Amino acid sequence: MKQYRCTVCGYVYDPTNGDPDNGVKPGTAFEDIPDDWTCPICGASKDQFEPVE
Amino acid sequence: MQVYEIKKDIYWVGAVDWLVRDFHGYSTYKGTTYNAFLMFDEKTVLFDTVKHNLCSDLVHRIRTLTDPEKIDYIVVNHVEMDHSGSLPEIVDLVKPEKIICSKMGHKNLLAHFHKPDWPYHVVENGETISVGKRSITFIETRMLHWPDSMFSYIPEEKLLISSDAFGQHLGTSERFDDEVDQSELMYQAKKYYANILYLYSPQVRKLLQSVAEAGIEIDMIAPDHGVIWRKDPGKIIKAYEDWSHHRGTKKALVIYDTMWHSTEMMAKAVADGLESTGVSVKLLDLSVNHRSEIVTDVIDAKGICLGCPTLNNGLLPAMAGFLMYLRGLRPAKKFGFAFGSYGWSGEAVKHMNKAMEDWKFDLVHEGIRVKYVPTHDDLKKCKEVGQLMGQKIIESLENQE
Repeated sequence: MKQYRCTVCGYVYDPTNGDPDNGVKPGTAFEDIPDDWTCPICGASKDQFEPVE
Repeated sequence: MQVYEIKKDIYWVGAVDWLVRDFHGYSTYKGTTYNAFLMFDEKTVLFDTVKHNLCSDLVHRIRTLTDPEKIDYIVVNHVEMDHSGSLPEIVDLVKPEKIICSKMGHKNLLAHFHKPDWPYHVVENGETISVGKRSITFIETRMLHWPDSMFSYIPEEKLLISSDAFGQHLGTSERFDDEVDQSELMYQAKKYYANILYLYSPQVRKLLQSVAEAGIEIDMIAPDHGVIWRKDPGKIIKAYEDWSHHRGTKKALVIYDTMWHSTEMMAKAVADGLESTGVSVKLLDLSVNHRSEIVTDVIDAKGICLGCPTLNNGLLPAMAGFLMYLRGLRPAKKFGFAFGSYGWSGEAVKHMNKAMEDWKFDLVHEGIRVKYVPTHDDLKKCKEVGQLMGQKIIESLENQE
């Protein structure tokens, strides 16, 4: 599963860890996160993330 | 020590830093201020603190108005040390009922001061609390310029306490916009935007739009650095609109470094070409101009020419460092051109072009490389590219209007 980086603050979403503080379980692919999820650091929306090459 | 009543029962109690000249790499030749505000109502509220080394100034000013223990709430609009550095001492002194911060403010305060037992009160974006006759609405402004940044707005006073936004590193005994030289004020405000907020221009645009749509009335903006905008808060809002929309002006920069004056000769020829079209030009040698001042000029320039000779198959360190700094600030919507002399390999132009392509600059030319020392013809070509860029700048501004 791919990691995604927030283009606003640089936070990297790692599917292995998920974002449990905001209800995203470890092992959740970026694509499967609800659309209203926002960057846990800066609040950017999901469409402001890009895949880490 | 002087305190200043900025609105009825709201006082400036901050500190002037007359000594600071280097703010994590940003040149602050005029010093700065760390603004903190004390509001008296049924609850007494302190907004922000100051850099640690000036804590006694803050305490002194608070004591001229009240016993610090009478302060009920401390609002932390921003966790960076120049505003929160005095917090541990102030919390010990004040014993506040609440330390008000955003969710990210809470996380970041814990990560700075490691005090899980402080009486944190986390506010949501848009939440309002009453402090008596008046109230405070908190507006999260994440990444303007840290994740914890927020504004405190007092609607009854039309007062926006704006944390670092709209600030200036300008150390003065004056507290208000109408008391200082206007060109100095706007230069320092622009320098602040360029060095601290430039990369967050999309967030600035969004914030300005949401504030306008919400119809929030503001007749005073009190930032955490520099003077308070009381006479003309619209002036700085308008400037932020221009800067955040990357609205260029009829201005170009030739930024260069040189080893044996060859690239300098090319730089002068490029500048000559630009000047001949009527565009305002600045020749900025990286060895004498501070990077934080160059980026202040970058912000409203429409054309950027970069010149650097090749050293050891790469760039001279001053240009490499400058490009790294500028890259982080994410410049946009400009014309670009790279040039430089070389001896045998000549990679510098390629590196500068690559940087400008990453920023999606419109390159007016593929770049000019000159072996060792430019000939008259080489310089003529440089001048022609300068002219070409000048014409493109003028055309694009006509279309912009």
